Amino acid sequence: MSEMPIQPLLHVREATKRYGEVRALDGVSLEIGDGEFLTLLGPSGSGKTTLLTAIAGFTELDAGSLTLGGTEITQMPPDKRDFGMVFQGYALFPTMTVAKNIAFPLKIRKWSRADIDRRVKECLALVQMEDYAERMPSQLSGGQQQRVALARALSFHPKVLLLDEPLSALDKKLRADLQWELKDLHRKIGVTFIYVTHDQEEALSMSDRIVILESGRIQQIGEPDELYAHPRTSFVADFLGKSNFFEVTVRGAGAGQVTCTAGEVEMQVQQRNGAAAPAAGRTARVALRPERVRLGPCGSERFSGTIRQHSYLGERSQVIVENEALGRVLVSCPTWKSQVELRQGQPISFGWDDDAPILLDDA
Amino acid sequence: MTTTTIDPPAAAAARRGLSDRGWYWLFVAPALIAMVVFYIWPLVQIFGISFTEPEFGLGNYAALVESRPIQTSLVITFRVAAVTTLLCLVLGYMVSYAIYNAQHRMVGVMLALVLLPFWISVLIRSFAWIVLLGRSGVVNDSLIALGLIEKPIAMMHNEFGVVLAMVHVMLPFAVLPMMANMKGINRAYVDAARGLGASEFGAFWHVYLPQTKPGILSAALLVFVLSLGFYITPALLGGGRVLMISEYITYQIQELLRWGVGSMLSVTLLVMTAVVILAAARFVNLRKALLERG
Repeated sequence: MSEMPIQPLLHVREATKRYGEVRALDGVSLEIGDGEFLTLLGPSGSGKTTLLTAIAGFTELDAGSLTLGGTEITQMPPDKRDFGMVFQGYALFPTMTVAKNIAFPLKIRKWSRADIDRRVKECLALVQMEDYAERMPSQLSGGQQQRVALARALSFHPKVLLLDEPLSALDKKLRADLQWELKDLHRKIGVTFIYVTHDQEEALSMSDRIVILESGRIQQIGEPDELYAHPRTSFVADFLGKSNFFEVTVRGAGAGQVTCTAGEVEMQVQQRNGAAAPAAGRTARVALRPERVRLGPCGSERFSGTIRQHSYLGERSQVIVENEALGRVLVSCPTWKSQVELRQGQPISFGWDDDAPILLDDA
Repeated sequence: MTTTTIDPPAAAAARRGLSDRGWYWLFVAPALIAMVVFYIWPLVQIFGISFTEPEFGLGNYAALVESRPIQTSLVITFRVAAVTTLLCLVLGYMVSYAIYNAQHRMVGVMLALVLLPFWISVLIRSFAWIVLLGRSGVVNDSLIALGLIEKPIAMMHNEFGVVLAMVHVMLPFAVLPMMANMKGINRAYVDAARGLGASEFGAFWHVYLPQTKPGILSAALLVFVLSLGFYITPALLGGGRVLMISEYITYQIQELLRWGVGSMLSVTLLVMTAVVILAAARFVNLRKALLERG
């Protein structure tokens, strides 16, 4: 697990929530740093939204506690927590103009007219929506609504901004643009962002840290590159990017390197920093990223195989290579430097560097 | 339309099939004819009578400014309709809100309870109120037995009784449009308001209530218009002392055979109702309010 980047602001301790038999949250503990961009990532049903709504105060925890800067807020109603929230679908009030929507939290807090007007203008400028103040939400596009929802959630200077899949309703290109903008905004205002998504690319591109959830439990927490390079479980290795998996037997270990055999094949495997050396004879699972596998003309690499399938994706090609000992191996290679012709049924040679395979914790 | 023939529709249909428009008119015709013969034509005649009986002129309409009883009846009619509407809105709003915020399996039961009165004749329901509210009715007897009062309280043959029974009859008409409206409101708006700092009441007042305005307005219109011309309940519970305009009309025609005055009052009621609807049309989408309910 990585170090806390900054002073912790929000503590989640042993948060548990059951819906009937289902444990939406199962003893989740987490520290969130002041000013951090933290992403809760997981498939649907992983508990990420439950965790967010619990932090927001809409979901009552069955057990566990929440503290904000040392103050216990577990039982505090949502309106007292002073968190900004951007809802999935935005929930802009349909009876109010854009300006009134943004002014709403300020009016509730009894700001003066002049202060409200000034702040609404600032917020509109922040999300580049100055020209739309008097529009109704129904007259805005999805991307514009998203900006207004953001402005509204930030208008009252919340300590934390909670975002529930704010980009999921938008088309791909717009989503990519808004990812840059959100990141930019976060840097500019320095507020803590807690961001829920099921989109791994979104998580990787924006977050300071990512929390990967599955079945109500935290699988792994870490910075994006750390999580990608050193997944701890096969779930993480497969959810964040793609992986090939091999079942191996440990033969010996030393200096962060472990020697394993997968069937007849001997391979060197990377170990995570600080992990205890596995005992010889133990079975384990190894993950191998498709982009770490090299393809070459026959004889140029360690393994030989046959191309079973390939699909051209523009910048990259995905290739499935079959080898007798290893089975099917997924390879992702850049198309611009491909030295071999990719054709189904063609014999090919493939291999990888010793630091590519990663030893996982789960067997 | 390519060719137009003057064959009778049925014959034309038999020979080579009707055009879409032909079928349309064929289906609409029976209802249309019935409407004209039994509804529009009598209405025109009523209109005529109001200007011709007993003699040609505006004589009947002069009663609107001259006759105290007619003015009183009109005032009572509008007052009772207004009070009924107001009470129905408040109670109906509470009921609708409760239904849409209740647990899922309770919704069906609560809906049934709202609709149940629809299946019982208004006449029966009005008589039931008489049994309850009469001088030696259930309520008075119970209160006396409990020693809370010594003499029976007058709970009917006055506006109190009329309004009470009318609210009972009209309540479903208020609940249904408001429920249809609330059904379309996403819970997320209230959550959003709470998340942005509004109290439970603040979220309701600033965010939920404004969104239910269309439902409130169409419920108000429906109940008010129906109340203006309501007959059975005011006649029974009013006992001749709370003379609403429809009972006044019946009285004029059945007892006094004054067709001219009766017709004039009918036309007046029609015009007033139309004015109310037209005024409401400025605020409510009438098509939505009256045609696309529930």
